[in-house]
Amino acid sequence: MKRSLSLNRHLVQRLGFTAITLMAVATVIPIVATVIYIFVQGLPAISLEFLTGFPHDGMRAGGILPAIIGTLYLTIGTALFSVPLGIAAAIYLSEYAADSPLTRTIRIAIINLAGIPSVVYGLFGLGLFVLFLNFGTSILAASLTLSIMTLPVIISTAEESLRAVPQAFRTVSISLGATRWQTIRRIVLKEALPGILTGVILGLERAAGETAPILFTGAAFFLPQLPGSPFDATMALPYHLFVISTQVPEMPIQIQYGTALVLLVFVLTMNLIATVIRSRARAKRQW
Amino acid sequence: MVDKIIVENLSLQYSDGTESLRDVSLRVPEKAVTVLFGPAGGGKSTLLRCLNRLNDLTEVKASSGRILIDGQNVLDPDVDVIALRRKVGMVFARPVVLPMSIRENITYALELAGEKRRSKLDEAVERSLKLAAIWDEVKDRLEDPAIALSGGQQQRVCLARSLALQPDIILLDEPTSGLDPISTGKVEAALVELKKEFTIILVPHSVQQAARTADYAAFFLQGELVEYSEGKTLFTAPKEKRTEDYITGRFG
Repeated sequence: MKRSLSLNRHLVQRLGFTAITLMAVATVIPIVATVIYIFVQGLPAISLEFLTGFPHDGMRAGGILPAIIGTLYLTIGTALFSVPLGIAAAIYLSEYAADSPLTRTIRIAIINLAGIPSVVYGLFGLGLFVLFLNFGTSILAASLTLSIMTLPVIISTAEESLRAVPQAFRTVSISLGATRWQTIRRIVLKEALPGILTGVILGLERAAGETAPILFTGAAFFLPQLPGSPFDATMALPYHLFVISTQVPEMPIQIQYGTALVLLVFVLTMNLIATVIRSRARAKRQW
Repeated sequence: MVDKIIVENLSLQYSDGTESLRDVSLRVPEKAVTVLFGPAGGGKSTLLRCLNRLNDLTEVKASSGRILIDGQNVLDPDVDVIALRRKVGMVFARPVVLPMSIRENITYALELAGEKRRSKLDEAVERSLKLAAIWDEVKDRLEDPAIALSGGQQQRVCLARSLALQPDIILLDEPTSGLDPISTGKVEAALVELKKEFTIILVPHSVQQAARTADYAAFFLQGELVEYSEGKTLFTAPKEKRTEDYITGRFG
């Protein structure tokens, strides 16, 4: 009697673990399937001309160079604004600010900022940067809009990485006659840098793939030449994909998947870089 | 004997109500080992952290009294705490080497103080590591990460690190609490050498260590300085009943 009960329990446990494992595997399937599907469908479109040429015949032929360059510009522009601001905010929150109503408000604001739908950022950018500050539909306005969207990701991951650095390092450094800032610069930031970089890349990667925030602030349907200044509008990969998928009749499906593939590779490459940085830092970490 | 440190009527309370000090007065002679001992929560670490103003990092509710080092009140808000901390070195209970090489651990504070000359830095590395009795064990691997050393070696590197600035005073807060007896012996032997040059204040991790190392000993109980005298006197003929009960193991 007792024996069969314990056997029974053992069986239930085995079944439970199997179910959990299957569910974990199931979460991977959609991701892998999407990547494989896009690769299979998009690969035939990829050629040197596709990557380095301009679109022609109403975008039904030719390449997507202006969209690639545009996304590159927007990503760099976003980094220029969001990285220094985000890291500075994280340093303030983690290293200088005491727990007070002000810092609690800032933290709640950051969490809520992360939850705002991206199209709302787009409208906000239109109102503030394009119209009020008169930047026009431009790389500048779009980069600033994307920066605001990226900031919460950068701030929260950077703050987390800074807090993960053991408190004892700070105490020791201060006891050796270092100022707070020297301690942050020479020890805390150095140790937190891989974590911060990972957050930066993940934030920028999201910015690079977004359509809604640049829709009203900087994205162009078609431009015959590359943008020449930050005040020019630009084509961009996600918006281009949206346009050729919905706005152009008789669009060859190959070019759509080719564009999707380029965007996917762009984003996955950033992801890969983040992973490499993280695992290398973990191997080298001295605490 | 010259008094290096004079503590006058020092009282302190932390905001979270943990450890505190009540009206402590004490004279610490130079170039000797003064031991602060007693059960946990007695205020020994708090007193140490007042001497180099490390308590500035903690939330202190109220404090009063004076601490004179070479005649200057270091609790004065106008005191240059950076200069103070360069003069008063500290070694913590757990060996915390900074995440860098052995060599960089020693030169860190000197470089912050503005020393750039390679020859001066090399000299300081050798001198400090020798004083901390670790030179022979690490001289061929100075560029290795300090974390790769054993706990006992790390703690002596920490000692060397505080010596690099050539301080007057060294504070040691249970420096051997996590170490094996052999490493503990090495640290204690180093202290015997060091007290020829430095004023040492040690919070020992046991009564036995207190008795072994003390030139002068102060017994702390719940924020109060119960008894203070030469080590020989205190451990053989304590005046206070509470001191006697503690060192004979009746409580603690």
